[in-house]
Amino acid sequence: MRWRAILAALAGVLCIAGSASDPAERLPDPAQEARARAIFEDVRCLVCQNESIDDSEAELAGDLRRIVREQVREGRSDAEIKRFLTDRYGEFVLLTPAFNAGNLALWGGPFLAAALGIFLLLRRLRNRSDGEALSEELSPEEAARVERLSESDSA
Amino acid sequence: MIAEFGAFALILALAFAIAQLALSAVGRARRSTVLAAAGEGAALASFIGVALAFACLVYAFVTSDFSVANVAQNSHTEKPLLYRVAGAWGSHEGSMLLWCLALTGYGAAAVAFGRSLPRGLKASMVAIQGGLGTVFLAYTVFASNPLSRVAMPPVEGRSLNPLLQDPALAVHPPFLYAGYVGMSVVFSLAVAALIEGRVDAAWARWVRPWALAAWSLLTVGITLGSFWAYYELGWGGWWFWDPVENASFMPWLVATALLHSAIVTEKRGALAGWTLFLSLAAFSFSMLGAFLVRSGVLTSVHAFAVDPKRGVLLLIILGLTTGAGFSLFAWRAPKLAQGGLFAPVSRESALVLNNILLAAATTTVLLGTLYPLIREAMTGEAISVGPPYFNLTFTPLMATLAILLPAGPLLAWKRGDAQGVAQRLWIAALIALGVALLAYAIVSPRKAFGAAGIGMGSWLIAGAIAELVERTRLFRISAGESLRRLVGLPRGAWGMTLAHLGLGVFVLGACFETGWKAESAETLRVGQSLDVGAYHLRLDSVADVDGPNYDAERAVIHATKDGKPVCTGEPERRFYPAGGQTTSEVAICYRGPSHLYMVLGERRDAAGAPVWLVRAYWNPWATLIFLGPVIMGLGGLISLSDRRLRLGVARRRKEQPA
Repeated sequence: MRWRAILAALAGVLCIAGSASDPAERLPDPAQEARARAIFEDVRCLVCQNESIDDSEAELAGDLRRIVREQVREGRSDAEIKRFLTDRYGEFVLLTPAFNAGNLALWGGPFLAAALGIFLLLRRLRNRSDGEALSEELSPEEAARVERLSESDSA
Repeated sequence: MIAEFGAFALILALAFAIAQLALSAVGRARRSTVLAAAGEGAALASFIGVALAFACLVYAFVTSDFSVANVAQNSHTEKPLLYRVAGAWGSHEGSMLLWCLALTGYGAAAVAFGRSLPRGLKASMVAIQGGLGTVFLAYTVFASNPLSRVAMPPVEGRSLNPLLQDPALAVHPPFLYAGYVGMSVVFSLAVAALIEGRVDAAWARWVRPWALAAWSLLTVGITLGSFWAYYELGWGGWWFWDPVENASFMPWLVATALLHSAIVTEKRGALAGWTLFLSLAAFSFSMLGAFLVRSGVLTSVHAFAVDPKRGVLLLIILGLTTGAGFSLFAWRAPKLAQGGLFAPVSRESALVLNNILLAAATTTVLLGTLYPLIREAMTGEAISVGPPYFNLTFTPLMATLAILLPAGPLLAWKRGDAQGVAQRLWIAALIALGVALLAYAIVSPRKAFGAAGIGMGSWLIAGAIAELVERTRLFRISAGESLRRLVGLPRGAWGMTLAHLGLGVFVLGACFETGWKAESAETLRVGQSLDVGAYHLRLDSVADVDGPNYDAERAVIHATKDGKPVCTGEPERRFYPAGGQTTSEVAICYRGPSHLYMVLGERRDAAGAPVWLVRAYWNPWATLIFLGPVIMGLGGLISLSDRRLRLGVARRRKEQPA
């Protein structure tokens, strides 16, 4: 964790280079440029505090943009470019976590939580048929209890 | 002298918080009204102590007393007054003091407004609140004292991060903390209810106003923070799924779920356990947020007042309080009654579904925020979880919620009538579909997802209006009678309608902006121009400007559309010599709800004349992104003013029998 803090501090000093939309960096072919920009949004600026290289003005982000643009111009596919980046910098460089076993809990967690909730709701609804019949209103005891509790000034 | 006085007041406040805990707890155990009342007095005294300490800190900042370490590190004599005041909560120490101020303030408010609570429950609540105050005040006094002196006072301070010198950001922490810490009352009430062993409709009614107040303030706080990021970071974006943003968003999501489940508990006596769980979770997530933001364990664009060593202490506090709360829950909750029964199609089911989706969304944000830490701790591999992850998980969950939302308020309790709801919503559905198709047909470039989002926003707005029409029986009775019904609607109903409407406004703005924003950047000489969207921007001049504590270049950019002048923007690029930082002040031209957003970038010396990098964004309907949440927060406050929700109302109502 420490190296990242140091790099982040360094980034503050380095925040002087241009940004992703800088015309000096731009590819001549607009279609290729658009593709490069789409890739930028998924690539992390490694020395910054949680910015993509599309947002960052750090020098390293500029270098990464140059590499990506270069490869886009050479006609490499998005997947090839991303593989090139992960081979060099590890999974950390991509802002979309990979769909792999290590990230199973990450991708599955939200849907598991929703499924669990639905399961509990369905179980609760099924219990209903075993229990008392539905009445339309609070039972007199229930109503009296609510009233008593909300009106009580002292225990 | 003033700083010592403040430090002394802070220590006194800690002593009073300990007394509050002890007196109220013993008072509860022995059923002694005298001790319980003394505990309440201690709660008020503790708040007064922290308020005095806070006033002293603000005074030290305003007078630039650099013999106070915190002032020397975070202020500067040349800084404008507003930012000197805001500097008081701009640092780690100051923000913790603000936290304590809010915490003891809520404690005092709970004492003052909680007159109608049963004595036992109230004493327990005051004791728990005192316990929280003790923990956080002890941390502030011993590990993070903002009023400690330095031996050798510097002549000049080190100044506040210039990015933070901004009006929206200056007022944003107080709102955010008032929201975060408002959940502490809910937490205390939940723990007290678990201790008392009774959770029922009345309890849910006492919880709701606190949850509502905290939620409304948090909504406004998050919106201010987002608006700040929008115009201060200069990227034209407003939400980055950044850990610090997520830290404030998680308590908001939990509080939103809580507001809805508390309705079920209040009206139907059901879901008591789940409502309790959310009450504990809301403040736990607030503390987690404070820990994440202040410890620096996560890298963030918003990370300013960070201190890893003290992060461990905050983590211990977090573990202790949430651990105690949830252990008590695990022990006591199984004994709670299950409450009223309901059919698959009913208001209850709709609200449970709302809670399931919000809980799943919270899981998404929690996993997305913490998973890199977990993964790194377990396997040593570093991964990033960025916006694409949230777009793939959070967005579908929220879209489902948005589709179901308009039906919820129209369903009856216990057993709803699906066909009846469909009859009441078909016009809203037609409007939404029509708007979506229209957006797909006429907005260029053509975007299916963007159009669907526009349709969804329209669906929410039309649904909220349909609900209002239903309540006033418009078109079925005379217009005058409907108007009378409209005026006579309880404020709680207005609050709900506004909150749902605000969500629709937000969705509309967010989808339009995300789908159709345009970006353009060029290096321009004075007199040259660039095009963005339908606008033509000409760089007219660039001049040097001397600010109070910065030097700047200010550009004058004229925007025209179809040859007609539209507006003039004056973006700046500022250099703050005190910290050696450069920031950009964007210029925003408001065109109806849309923004023409201009940024002056760095100066480059080309052959002959200098050139500047100028970036411009066309952000259509961007105002709605911030207006929506403001409407939601307003809805919360209006609902809060509902007579029915006010504490102590029960007593007054008795005097005039119906």
